[in-house]
Amino acid sequence: MDTTSPKKTLKIQSYRQLGLVAFIVIICIAIQFRNSRFLTVSNLLDLLTDDAILCILSVGMMSVILTGAIDLSIGSTIALSGMTTALCVSKVQTLHPLVCILIGCAVGFLCGAVNGFLVAKCAVPPFIATLGMMDIFRGLTYVISGGRWVSAYQMPESFKAIGTAKVADVHVYILIAIVVFAVAYYFFSYSRTGRKIYAVGSNQLSARITGINTAKISWLVYIIMGTLAGLCGVLWVSKYASAQGDTATGEEMSAIAACVLGGVGITGGSGKISGLILGAVFIGILNNALPIIHVSTFWQNFIEGAIILIAVLMNFAVKRHSERATLRRRKI
Amino acid sequence: MKRQLLASICACTLLAASLLSACSSGGGNAQQTGGEAGSGQESSAASGSAASTGSSGGKKLAFVVKSTGNPYMERMIDGFKDVASKLGHTVVVKEPEQPTAEAQISMINEVVAQKVDGIAVAANDPDALQPILSKAKEKGIKVVSCDSSVNAQSRDVHVNQADPVAIGKALVEAAYDMTGGKGEFAILSATSQATNQNAWIAQMKEVLKNSKYANLKLDKIAYGDDLRDKSTTEMEGLLKSYPNLKCVVSPTTVGLAAASKVLVDQGYAEKIKITGLGLPSEMATYIEKGVCPYMYLWNPIDVGKLTAYTLDALVQGKIKGEMGETFEAGDMGSKKVTTAADGGTEILLGDPFKFDKENIGQWKSVY
Amino acid sequence: MNLENTVRGGSGRKFNAGKFFLRWEWMLVFLFVIVNIFNSSISSYYWQPETFMDAPMSFLDKAFMVMPMALVLLLGMIDISVGSTVALASVLMGVSYRAGMPMGLAMVVCLAVGTGCGMINGLILAKYDEQQLPSMIITLATMTIYRGLALIILKDQSVGNFPSWFSYLGWGYVGGVPFILIAFAVFAVFFLILLHKTSFGRQLYGMGNNLKACRYSGIKTARNKILVYTMLGFMAGVCALFLTSKMGSTRPNVANGYELEVIAMAALGGFSTFGGKGNMIGAILAAFIIGFLRYGLGLINASSELILIIIGVLLIASVLASNVKPKMKLPEEKESPEKKSQ
Repeated sequence: MDTTSPKKTLKIQSYRQLGLVAFIVIICIAIQFRNSRFLTVSNLLDLLTDDAILCILSVGMMSVILTGAIDLSIGSTIALSGMTTALCVSKVQTLHPLVCILIGCAVGFLCGAVNGFLVAKCAVPPFIATLGMMDIFRGLTYVISGGRWVSAYQMPESFKAIGTAKVADVHVYILIAIVVFAVAYYFFSYSRTGRKIYAVGSNQLSARITGINTAKISWLVYIIMGTLAGLCGVLWVSKYASAQGDTATGEEMSAIAACVLGGVGITGGSGKISGLILGAVFIGILNNALPIIHVSTFWQNFIEGAIILIAVLMNFAVKRHSERATLRRRKI
Repeated sequence: MKRQLLASICACTLLAASLLSACSSGGGNAQQTGGEAGSGQESSAASGSAASTGSSGGKKLAFVVKSTGNPYMERMIDGFKDVASKLGHTVVVKEPEQPTAEAQISMINEVVAQKVDGIAVAANDPDALQPILSKAKEKGIKVVSCDSSVNAQSRDVHVNQADPVAIGKALVEAAYDMTGGKGEFAILSATSQATNQNAWIAQMKEVLKNSKYANLKLDKIAYGDDLRDKSTTEMEGLLKSYPNLKCVVSPTTVGLAAASKVLVDQGYAEKIKITGLGLPSEMATYIEKGVCPYMYLWNPIDVGKLTAYTLDALVQGKIKGEMGETFEAGDMGSKKVTTAADGGTEILLGDPFKFDKENIGQWKSVY
Repeated sequence: MNLENTVRGGSGRKFNAGKFFLRWEWMLVFLFVIVNIFNSSISSYYWQPETFMDAPMSFLDKAFMVMPMALVLLLGMIDISVGSTVALASVLMGVSYRAGMPMGLAMVVCLAVGTGCGMINGLILAKYDEQQLPSMIITLATMTIYRGLALIILKDQSVGNFPSWFSYLGWGYVGGVPFILIAFAVFAVFFLILLHKTSFGRQLYGMGNNLKACRYSGIKTARNKILVYTMLGFMAGVCALFLTSKMGSTRPNVANGYELEVIAMAALGGFSTFGGKGNMIGAILAAFIIGFLRYGLGLINASSELILIIIGVLLIASVLASNVKPKMKLPEEKESPEKKSQ
């Protein structure tokens, strides 16, 4: 334990994410130069609405990464739950939106449970388990839909209204994301199970010795991830009013990027919600800004990759610097 | 130890079960396509084995499409299967799960190994399939491309849904009309590599050079990759980057539907109009609302049917795919082989069809 | 972390026939045989020499990258930028040829670009370990960058019209055996020797098990990491050569999704993502298993989504059946294995 005073500890904590905050500010200023409509209220609300799904996903991904595992199947889970819900709603047009959301969450819950079972109980390495399940869920999505898509005209208005609902001009998705973040913040910082997750991620052996049921925790985080992905599936399909077989391909990479940028250590055991919010918002800014900075479309990929690389390296450099500073400050 | 044993037994049964289901669905695939398409008796008799039952028919035809799920592709497949089984052929349909050329190369390799007589392909890349299709042609397999062509050396003939020049002209005229003769417009396309869309956009650019359209300015070509979320984000980006935008042209069904939704949701329905190539079923609400005054397309079911007729004619030796040949395309009448823009030959389905408020009601349930 | 997998005699240990045959690799051989029996039973087209020789062509271009990817996994790291590396190398080769460079030189450009991309990955990741600088996120970023470069260079165009001898690479036969198979065999032998017979290979096993210990023992971990990633980049260049030859043309969007397939093949081959174990034979066998299975299923026209499910089930089932990850045993658990908690 470092022996610095509480005030100094606080400085170091916020110092860690300072790199990312500074980078976000720089990027925003740069984008504003290219397109002055970036920092307008309507655009920022748009940005957050589009980003809300990613925010929810990254909370789930964070809980998985905190235990030192990973989940590559969330894109396929979104597709599966979205397609299931869309099919239900196209067959039974009077389905209440809340029931739809429940269906989606249930499908996601099952997907997460299967993943968790493989990783926690069958000792399959998380990467391989979720890689395999990614293929399986995606295949199932095509199978249940018979290879067809569900289009907007097959969905009832009540369902599509989920995707456009607003409360006082703020999109419902932003509110859902805020609620998810708040619950997650409480869960990870103040609940016993949340602390257990950190313990399992830091040192699984020690956690087990202390009496923590590591298998149950590993299973739990996958269920959390799955349920959140299921929720996102419904939100996705409602927002775009379309359920396709290739929905959300590659979404897992965005979630992982958001987590890593937000300071969640990929080997587990460290990471805070406050950092995660920054990471998710950063990716959202990138996605929103790329089409509007008046560069050739063919430059978009390169710029996105370069920015992520710089952000990661900068974050890393700042973290190392702050860790070294902590070490130097230690009184021996 | 016990748990390991249990786990391995579960694993093996799961694997066996999925392999068995592959057998039954795959092996039955050839039979199913014959059986389900309408006239039960003669088609089910013709399917399954390669034995010929009538004077025409008994050949094995393969149809490789761009990707799975796309409603446009699905309807082409329906038309193709319908005609092919009526003519007594067995049909193998290959739908890659990702719209890549590599997947199509593997699939064409597989159908060549199955000794098919003819291949119809809606290509993901005009040039990448040349080696494998040349190999197929060397083995005597007839090659027809449809919707999205392969280059002239790879195919015997191309079935074109509509003349790209006509499409380009129609879309530019529509933009001109909707902007009131002058103003800015943008294009929301599919992927940056999409053959069809690139050909149509190239034609649009050619038409724009005409002095009539001097006041019509193309702001940007955005690529939505035929993904709903990307199309939506790109459309939102267009709205923010070009505040004076008056019209959006989207020559892809996914893009048109996504962009129309954005316009309606964000309240731009009065200010900005949209047009392009869209499926009537998907676009009906937007045409009725007026945000899309009119749009164009053709009947993908007819494209599939004509492809089947053409492939049948090739396989039966009735035509060779050379300029000037004619053949009977069943209920579609007589068709003629003409020169295509890329130096090969093609057969035209017809002109693009205009959908507007008057006729959308009758078409939205057809496709 | 079972060293017996990697040591074959020579250390004074007795040759335990039972343990030798219970290895993962023999299970893969068994699986390969099963796949072939299955394929030939469902399709009459399978057991014909031309078909059988055709099958490798559909997956061997990917398989070139499986071997060095196995090395990366061995280190406990990952590289998801290989697909984009293939695209960039291919695009630059095409563009160089179009600009007038002789084809042979363009091919060298392709290999150089691949090597360069791999080396950049290696250089960034060399000095720091996974906790500090995760290889997944770095290669995610470089994946986007390389693909972006390919798009900037070629935009929406394609480049083709390569000399006719170029298609020999992907399609040619040498005395009845596909050329690509021969090339693959050469590289396979190289990687087999590299991993199992050289001290470099031993060092990789060590690094995968305990990176810090190796560094303190004097092993040049940074150099090894750079070498491994550079090799992966080079093989991506080789893959680009064969892929471009197969297609006769190139575009910026080729090799999309190759990375996860390659990783799946390597994972099936016994290379756990935790690092430290695996046998190169396993990776090669796994590539063939997945490749032949796909081909066989394609011959009976199983839908691509079903194939997807089957590959996923295969991956998980094979790991389940052998329980790759060694379970950490607590001291008291070692004495009484029946009393395992949970």
